[in-house]
Amino acid sequence: MSAPILKSQRFRQEREADWSQLDRLLRRIDKEGPAALDDRQLLSIPVLYRSALSALSVARATSLDHQLVEYLESLCARTYFFVYGNRSHPLERIRRFFLTDWPNAAQALWRETVGAGLLMLLGTVVSYALVLRDADWFYAFVPAAITGGRDPTATTAFLRSTLYGGQHEPLSFFAAFLFTHNAQIAVFAFALGFVFCLPSGFLMIYNGCSLGALLAVFAAKGLGFQLGGWLFIHGTTELFAVTLAGAAGFRVGWALAFPGERARTEAVSAAGRQGAILMFGVVIMLFAAGLLEGLGRQLIVNDWVRYAIGAAMITAWSAYFYWPRSSASDAAR
Amino acid sequence: MPPVDARAAALTPEKPGRVRSLVTPEGVDLHLVLADAGERATAFLLDAAIIIGGLGVASIVILLLAVAIQGPAMEILGILWLFVFFGLRNVYFIAFELTPGAATPGKRALGLRVASRDGGPLTADAIFARNAIREIEVYLPLTFLITQRTGVDAWIVLAGLTWSGIFALFPLFNRDRLRAGDLVAGTWVVRAPKRRLLPDLAGDGAIERTGFAFTSAQINAYGVKELHVLEDVIRKGQRQVEAEVAARIRRKIDWIGAEPDREFLSAYYAALRGRLETRLLFGHRRKDKFDV
Repeated sequence: MSAPILKSQRFRQEREADWSQLDRLLRRIDKEGPAALDDRQLLSIPVLYRSALSALSVARATSLDHQLVEYLESLCARTYFFVYGNRSHPLERIRRFFLTDWPNAAQALWRETVGAGLLMLLGTVVSYALVLRDADWFYAFVPAAITGGRDPTATTAFLRSTLYGGQHEPLSFFAAFLFTHNAQIAVFAFALGFVFCLPSGFLMIYNGCSLGALLAVFAAKGLGFQLGGWLFIHGTTELFAVTLAGAAGFRVGWALAFPGERARTEAVSAAGRQGAILMFGVVIMLFAAGLLEGLGRQLIVNDWVRYAIGAAMITAWSAYFYWPRSSASDAAR
Repeated sequence: MPPVDARAAALTPEKPGRVRSLVTPEGVDLHLVLADAGERATAFLLDAAIIIGGLGVASIVILLLAVAIQGPAMEILGILWLFVFFGLRNVYFIAFELTPGAATPGKRALGLRVASRDGGPLTADAIFARNAIREIEVYLPLTFLITQRTGVDAWIVLAGLTWSGIFALFPLFNRDRLRAGDLVAGTWVVRAPKRRLLPDLAGDGAIERTGFAFTSAQINAYGVKELHVLEDVIRKGQRQVEAEVAARIRRKIDWIGAEPDREFLSAYYAALRGRLETRLLFGHRRKDKFDV
């Protein structure tokens, strides 16, 4: 083999070893994760990355070996994603989420939260009033499949029995089912916000309607207070979570419809990311609600204790989200 | 040489409409290539197959276990199944995209990855947002699709399917092939292929070895575009294409000689690249053969 004749070939020969070393390190990270590299290797990546980048610039300007340029482009892009990727430690990220990101997102979306909560309340009040006047409305609000016999024709004794340990299903299975089911609905409510808020709003009202109809049926039989306890123990957490999910959806839909000063895509993605932070929290809240509903409610049959737990939960959540904190604004900077 | 030009489109992977610039903080443009709709769909179908297959396998295993043990442990198995279902539907995409590769197995198989549109790091909230929107892109149309109704309800379902179909086909309606989820999360899906550095075609001293002596006029017949086509032809190594291209070049430069096609092409490639690179160093990039 004779010596290379072209300048671009000499250029390549001088640097090839560095590139393939970088390539090897990246492949190893892909396979075994960054932890597989020792400190010296990790520290060498930024150096190799910069030299690969400058080689790419030079190659574009001087080399007509197309494959070489493509190789360097892909090598640099892969390294770029690694070097400028998310480097914070998972534990650190989780800590920041609970300390600042989640409550900040909840605070930032307070207007949407109020809106979603009012829509749900509206649905509740309207359907309560309608069902009290004419019991047939109940069937319009609550699909027959989920009533489990809890409709206007049920006897007082039966309704009472559903409130206190009527469930025969194994409790923890029930809790797990409630969690996955509710979390799915919450994610759905968030996703629907993309369509200019309307379906999310509809979902909020509809949710309120089922609630109001149920309340009316029990109230007509003089069981309103007892049903309140039955709902309150988990409902404060669950309905709050669903309201927040709707609020996150509203934020996205609103940004899409009225992006304000920013470009539409920019406004939507900012809203989407903020909403997503809140949604992580919503899933956690629904997990708690599932436990309260599936386990707590079935085990605790005293109305006052049920009310007390529900009230404690809503107080705790509100304090956590909306308590003014100076550290939050510091960390947001 | 029109046939070669036409072939260039097929041989070179250049897709000018899909290259987006990403300027690194060091000031170099990385020319990211977006994944096209076909790649996105294939990746998704692969993932869907994995999810459905995984769910099937998990269900069978859990069912067999349930039959085998029975009794109070059944409840735990039931919970396990619920979480497997929930996890495959919601967590699968998020967990895989949170890894350094930022790609699900389906995307990885096609050499794709998710990236932040603004060039910044891909954050967990963006990944959550882009995958939460799958609810209306995938599951909503599916729900309408499997709903069986008659009469007016059927028309409502059809309207719903049309409406939700818009979200499923969203990537076809914009230049950047963004899903609705990508739009909400500020992400896009780019190609991040792992390329190997192939040998330099002019690197084996072809000219000296074979003693081809091209005249200056013969070397000046082509420009950079043709050089790249020639590079592709030699790298692909399909004998028939090589023969055709060699015949065309011989005719164009009036080359008399019956060397093997591959040797001739390598030698001409080396000579042409040397000439064009020299001109490049003097500040002139000869685009193609029409550029003087």
